[in-house]
Amino acid sequence: MRIGKIAPALVLALAAAATTACGGGTSSSAPKELVYWASNQGTSLDNDKAVLQPELDKFEKASGIKVKLEVVPWTDLLNRILAATTSGKGPDVLNIGNTWSASLQATGAFLPFDDAALEKVGGKSRFLGPSLAATGASGQPPVGVPLYGQAYGLYYNKKLFAEAGITKPPATWEELVEDGKKLTKPDKGQWGLSLQAGQVTENSHHAAILGAQQGAQFFTAEGKPQLASDPSVAAVQQFVDLMQKDKIVNPANAEYADTAKSLKDLSDGKAAMFMNQASAGSFKNIGMDMANLGVAPIPLPATAPPNGRKVTSFVAGINMSVFKNTKNPDAALDFVKFMVSAPEQALLNKTYGSLPTVQDAYSDAAFQTEDVKVFQNVLANSAEPMPQVPQESQFETLIGTAMKGMFADVAAGKPVDGAKIRDQLNQADQQIAAGS
Amino acid sequence: MSEPRWVSWARRFVLGFLALFTLIPLYAMVSSSLKPLGDVQGTWEWIPTTLTIQPFFDIWETIPLAEYFVNSLVISGSAAILSVVIAIFAAYALSRFQFRGKNFFKLTVLSTQMFPGILFLLPLFLIFVNIGNTTGIVLYGSRLGLIITYLTFSLPFAIWMLAGYIDSIPKELDEAAMVDGTGPFGALIRVVVPAAMPGIVAVGIYSFMTAWGEVLFASVMTDSGTRTLAVGLQEYSTQVQVYWNQVMAASLIVSVPVVAGFLLLQRYLVAGLTAGAVK
Amino acid sequence: MPTALDDAPAVKAAGAPKPRRARRNRRRVALPYLLLLPAILLELLVHLIPMVAGLVMSFFKLTQFSIRDFSSAPAAGLDNYKFVLDFDSAAGKSLLGSFWISIVYTVLSVGFCWLFGTSAAVLMQKNFRGRGLLRTLFLVPYALPMYAAVITWSFMFQKDTGLVNDLLGTDSFWLIGDNSFWSLVVVSVWRNWPFAFLIVMAGLQNIPGELYEAAAIDGAGWWRQFQTITQPMLRPVNQVLLLVLFLWTFNDFNTPYVLFGASAPKEASLISIHIYQSSFVTWNFGLGSAMSVLLLLFLLIVSTVYLGLTSRRRNAVV
Repeated sequence: MRIGKIAPALVLALAAAATTACGGGTSSSAPKELVYWASNQGTSLDNDKAVLQPELDKFEKASGIKVKLEVVPWTDLLNRILAATTSGKGPDVLNIGNTWSASLQATGAFLPFDDAALEKVGGKSRFLGPSLAATGASGQPPVGVPLYGQAYGLYYNKKLFAEAGITKPPATWEELVEDGKKLTKPDKGQWGLSLQAGQVTENSHHAAILGAQQGAQFFTAEGKPQLASDPSVAAVQQFVDLMQKDKIVNPANAEYADTAKSLKDLSDGKAAMFMNQASAGSFKNIGMDMANLGVAPIPLPATAPPNGRKVTSFVAGINMSVFKNTKNPDAALDFVKFMVSAPEQALLNKTYGSLPTVQDAYSDAAFQTEDVKVFQNVLANSAEPMPQVPQESQFETLIGTAMKGMFADVAAGKPVDGAKIRDQLNQADQQIAAGS
Repeated sequence: MSEPRWVSWARRFVLGFLALFTLIPLYAMVSSSLKPLGDVQGTWEWIPTTLTIQPFFDIWETIPLAEYFVNSLVISGSAAILSVVIAIFAAYALSRFQFRGKNFFKLTVLSTQMFPGILFLLPLFLIFVNIGNTTGIVLYGSRLGLIITYLTFSLPFAIWMLAGYIDSIPKELDEAAMVDGTGPFGALIRVVVPAAMPGIVAVGIYSFMTAWGEVLFASVMTDSGTRTLAVGLQEYSTQVQVYWNQVMAASLIVSVPVVAGFLLLQRYLVAGLTAGAVK
Repeated sequence: MPTALDDAPAVKAAGAPKPRRARRNRRRVALPYLLLLPAILLELLVHLIPMVAGLVMSFFKLTQFSIRDFSSAPAAGLDNYKFVLDFDSAAGKSLLGSFWISIVYTVLSVGFCWLFGTSAAVLMQKNFRGRGLLRTLFLVPYALPMYAAVITWSFMFQKDTGLVNDLLGTDSFWLIGDNSFWSLVVVSVWRNWPFAFLIVMAGLQNIPGELYEAAAIDGAGWWRQFQTITQPMLRPVNQVLLLVLFLWTFNDFNTPYVLFGASAPKEASLISIHIYQSSFVTWNFGLGSAMSVLLLLFLLIVSTVYLGLTSRRRNAVV
């Protein structure tokens, strides 16, 4: 009865919409509209809307497809994706953090980008290799294409370096520690390195980078977790020791969970170095004197450990994915093609301060500065994706939280040694294995 | 009436402590809302060195605060009113009647208070979506869905409180009304409700506040058009930083009407059955 | 159907002819059920059916692989429960730890809320200048949006830039390490004691003034009146208040979530955050449901025991 009443109303509504928006001469009579969930890349949700809307209007003019934009804050995005996946009702196109790729791939809710689909959006070879690798488990077609690229670099305060007589950024990890010690003057409130030690995801990122340098494989080929392997323990120890043994990190950083704090420390001269993603825009906002800011790749250890890989960053970035349930797969792919086209890539990444994921966009003048070239190099040549397994988010949460606790212990004066680290990583292994 | 000296001292001490305890964070909020972002991120200053009301303007642009505010008002208000009405009926039944299943109902209703929200969040979400798919009544992503959810959340406590409250209203009042031939329903409206007003107001406030501040369900059940304040305030934190001063300014703005409402309702809250309020 | 309705005098007084009385009787009998009907329907829809669904979910291996199509989720029988209750494993140990922390947290928080609320309500019964204003002030923390209140405290608890360290002259961590537990308690009490205040205040209105006057005439002092009149009369209110405060505080998710971000330090890992972090964050809903069901069972037992004890005492007093 109720359904009977609704159905004719729906038909009428659709017909009305079709007649009012008709025209354009495209094959289908119903107007194409896409729903797009964008992530928060700018300084506020409104800022994101202001950046994206003109581009969406451009797209609509060119293709006749209207894109309804919603900018979703990071605190909500994964929840909303979950809701959409379970209910089958979601956007057509959306941004996802690329570390979520394998987990989301496992749900089967996203459209796989097989070679044909990749061709439709401009071709596989356009994309930066590492960025494309961070789109799903190896051996399976990716569930998205990289949209905004990011890599880690070592930002440093040139003035503090000059004052300490250091002429160039550290080229090896050992040099980093050395320089850090020279730059640490606690009574003056100055420290060598700032860390977001209270931030779970940051900790997990650094664990991954240093782990790769030490030769760790966090998951076996079959997907079994082995976080407690020797190189992995060594990497975590190396990282925690920055505060514990080397003492170049302010213990107060154990509480830092807000990137802006570290940026400010660097800008105010309270810290001399900070490992972060490309964030020139954020530094500017904080009031940093940009002439004072230098960036170099995160250094590798002087002698490579056995099986150590030349990794100075993990592949950070945002992917663009399409929901399998979309009613307009062709329109969705058109939109994706638009967003990864060279001009759009150049414009958006320039505005957001991130890195294009396609080679041809790099010819834009905005990406020719020294700083950007450092990140571009890192992303193209020495970046490795986070483990592309369905349990990736568990991995991040467990290892990041364990490290947060370790830093809290160190800051409180309790020692954290290899045995403790191994014990915690063992627990993490158990939890991942049993819960999956 | 005479009260020992120690009581007046206790009053000053206890109320003074509580007032300070309450005020200090409020002062932190107010003063932070008047500072520029840089100051708020630096060392804490009791007296702001720079005062600016810019945050109060910026908040309306950073997120669609007005829209969220309206959503929250509509949702919380409707949930509160409906919850109170339904609770009064149920409480009246529990208090004045004997019937089979009464104790079972009481226990079931109380047991719902123990349900951890995360346990039934996902199933409830699925049920709403299915109802939407089969009957066309949109519950997911609509204000109605949240109203129904919130009103049910506050129902058990409201029923329990009001039942106890009505218990203490002498039955003779009901019967006197019913002698006039109005029936139990009329007695409820004419006699019980006015007599139970303080309890009703307290429960209404509770119901409103529960809906007003709820975050977990709101974050899953709303979309951009129906988002509430509770969830929206989180949007002042971006990828990189939290706009403290704007969060504080927004919180103040949204609290003012609620606090004003409290002030108005106090009268009803304090109206005693007899002169019980005055010692 | 035996119903001891109190309308016997009314019926007698009405002296209505038989058919009308029979009809009115049937209507009277149906009336309580009708009055309860809306509440029952809503509870079924929002609380009870989802609860049962959640319970069923706990017997399945419901993860990201099967979330799209529930029927494809493999049955797990009691595996989820076994995993959770294995107290030798890391997961079981941390759950148990979280459980103890939640109990201590709840007892402390509810205790202080009740203490503050009752003291304030009782001490404010006597009218004084500014009482209305003070009353409103006390309700403000409860009126504030939860996020705002908790984020203000998180802001105040910052080590280097926070008000708390400035005020106390200390330099300690409040958001990580051992102190984080106390920070959580303070924030919880700050937000919730006004609720206890509100409820006790409403309860105090109910006490007839004549009781106090009579006692005063008998020579009872302030404290004696408090003990023999106020406390017993408040007992039914307190019984409910303490129970619901306990349940809500124990289940509290929002306070630690906003105060510490999604990763609470282990010293302040409350049970609902713990469940969230070890299951929902990793899309393992079957496991999360199992943990939640166990939590529910625990609370059910506690409530039943509590109600049994307090009702008996109440009957004994009366």
